[in-house]
Amino acid sequence: MKDALLQTSGLTACIEEKELLHGVDLTIHSGETHVLMGPNGAGKSTLGYVLMGNPKYTVTDGKIYFAGQDITELSADKRAKAGMFLSFQEPLEVPGLTLEGFIRSALQQKAGHVRYYDFKKELARCMEILQMDPSYAQRSLNVGFSGGEKKKAEILQLMMLKPQLAILDETDSGLDVDAVRLVSKGIEEYQRDSNGALLIITHSTRILDSLHVDHTHVMVDGHIVANGDGSLVDEINRGGYERFERSAEE
Amino acid sequence: MAELKKERTQVQDVDRSLYDFRNEEKDVYRVDAGLTPDIVKQISREKNDPEWMTELRLKSLEIYNRLSIPDWGPPIDELDMDHIVTYVRPNTKMSAKWSEVPADIKDTFEKLGIPQAERESLAGVGAQYDSELVYHNVKEEVAAQGVVYTDLESAMHGPYEEMIRSHFMHLVPPSDHKFAALHGAVWSGGSFVYVPPHVNVEIPLQSYFRLNAPGAGQFEHTLIIVDEGASLHFIEGCSAPKYNVANLHAGCVELYVGKNAKLRYSTIENWSKNMYNLNTKRAIVEEGGVMEWVSGSFGSHTSYLYPMTILKGKGSRMEFTGITFAGRGQNLDTGAKVVHQGADTSSYINTKSISKDGGVSTFRSAVTIQKNAKNSKAAVSCQSLMLDVISRSDTIPAMDVRTCDADVGHEARIGRISDDAVFYLMSRGISEEDARAMIVSGFADNVSKELPLEYAMEMNNLIRLEMKGSIG
Repeated sequence: MKDALLQTSGLTACIEEKELLHGVDLTIHSGETHVLMGPNGAGKSTLGYVLMGNPKYTVTDGKIYFAGQDITELSADKRAKAGMFLSFQEPLEVPGLTLEGFIRSALQQKAGHVRYYDFKKELARCMEILQMDPSYAQRSLNVGFSGGEKKKAEILQLMMLKPQLAILDETDSGLDVDAVRLVSKGIEEYQRDSNGALLIITHSTRILDSLHVDHTHVMVDGHIVANGDGSLVDEINRGGYERFERSAEE
Repeated sequence: MAELKKERTQVQDVDRSLYDFRNEEKDVYRVDAGLTPDIVKQISREKNDPEWMTELRLKSLEIYNRLSIPDWGPPIDELDMDHIVTYVRPNTKMSAKWSEVPADIKDTFEKLGIPQAERESLAGVGAQYDSELVYHNVKEEVAAQGVVYTDLESAMHGPYEEMIRSHFMHLVPPSDHKFAALHGAVWSGGSFVYVPPHVNVEIPLQSYFRLNAPGAGQFEHTLIIVDEGASLHFIEGCSAPKYNVANLHAGCVELYVGKNAKLRYSTIENWSKNMYNLNTKRAIVEEGGVMEWVSGSFGSHTSYLYPMTILKGKGSRMEFTGITFAGRGQNLDTGAKVVHQGADTSSYINTKSISKDGGVSTFRSAVTIQKNAKNSKAAVSCQSLMLDVISRSDTIPAMDVRTCDADVGHEARIGRISDDAVFYLMSRGISEEDARAMIVSGFADNVSKELPLEYAMEMNNLIRLEMKGSIG
């Protein structure tokens, strides 16, 4: 078996004494596409935050390994530099920091010096794929962006930063059909460019239509209660989560 | 893990070594501590004042002794006027050539980047070292336009004496407050600028003021007159080395903006953290004139700073953009005042304040619309950012409206750096310290956008410096 890119074993995490994840085991290899589904409040977003290292959550048990390294205690910026990325469900607004300036700073953290000309060219190319108006590059990060533009800006960062693993938290929620199509296109482009692995957290399946899903995980109440291949997605589409919720209670 | 721990160590004091440096005192002359008519006469003699100026100084001293210390702002009890040496001048004569400036003084200026700033096509550098102007140079093209840019002392003995006499401390009279009176009595050094009618000075003129002797107060005076239809951008940069003795700065700035003229006055002040900065700045604007203030207040122990604009003429306008950064042990009381006298006048005050490590930042504004100022507009917006729970931010806006058709607005917002935003930036590989600095720089962006590039960079460096070690 080849080495895993990301591996968690018995990952348990809490926020202010309240345990939200109860021993999660997850293994993702390079280039794979994983889908994490489950009802509201199951702990899916929490898992995304804990993997990325949000200091609000405390890991009380278990470990997170990324590219062979124990990252359980690392701060978020170090995880990002190691090759992880989290697309936020609700991206934060930062007045006065331009989208372009932000992406460039982030790239410089990872790659050191970035040639300005190359950077501008790549930024323009990616924005075109996402059909983002070029003026957005000079606007303050997410300030006054519509829901759709915010999600596009997240995927733009993904395409520019080219991480080894991207966790996409509800990237498709609140988007219209056209926006979902463009965002999916950006994700595909990223995966093709970088052989990136994906962990897609989603309620719905619209974003998955154009992606090949290798593994599906179902989370209920802080546990992963079912694992399967891409066909599990169709099963959930037909029968919902009821069956899994029952099995979680047992 | 050792590396991680180190990064999270609290740094007690900001490393200000870049800005805090001093020279050995080589002063040839110094007056006795304390303030008496004899001392004031001695200063006046040494400066070779015209008679009217000696009289103004003595009258100011009288007023100074009569007025009491303001009791409405941050405490200034530690200020002991009897022990502040008010007048110090370095052992050099005025020099127009850089090569003639003494080496230790040059070294200080070089650390401040003055010669470089000049190379970068600035119109002229009038740098004040302690109380005397030691280096002064106006580029020929500006002088050729008829623009006068010189030190106030020598201008008083030239063809502009009458102009100075009829403007000097007419806008800020010595009776204004105790420190204006003190200024009138002991003022020393500073700049005089006169822009003749319809002359547009395209490159900004700039001036640096510094303090370099323990216990020395600095009382520089800036007098700028922009005549009808003319325009000017003046930049005032301040930075002082650090000392243990309380330092006092009571400068005075008087700006006269003529009919349809335009003046932009930009300041980045970076006083050492023991400085009492009690500065008075005022502008008067004639019909159709425009006054723009850009003001960054960093450093100092205590500041009282409220640049005031009198919109005298019909249709005159003013815009004030300011930022204040109060760190550990600092109490900065800043803001702006505007008086609408003429009809159709408009004003916009837009300020940001940042407080950190227990610093106190107070925004104070006063908008007055007098009864002849029909159809006037005034808007005040202030935003405060507190970087921790021990810092403090207050807003004290005052409005006095005597017309019934004024359009007046006020908006105040106080917030903290959101942990979620910090995590968001960190999730892209940016360190916690950088993430916080980026958020604060972004908050200050509206001010840095208004500054010339090298000043915007200096301000961002200052923010970065102030933010260093802010992670506890």
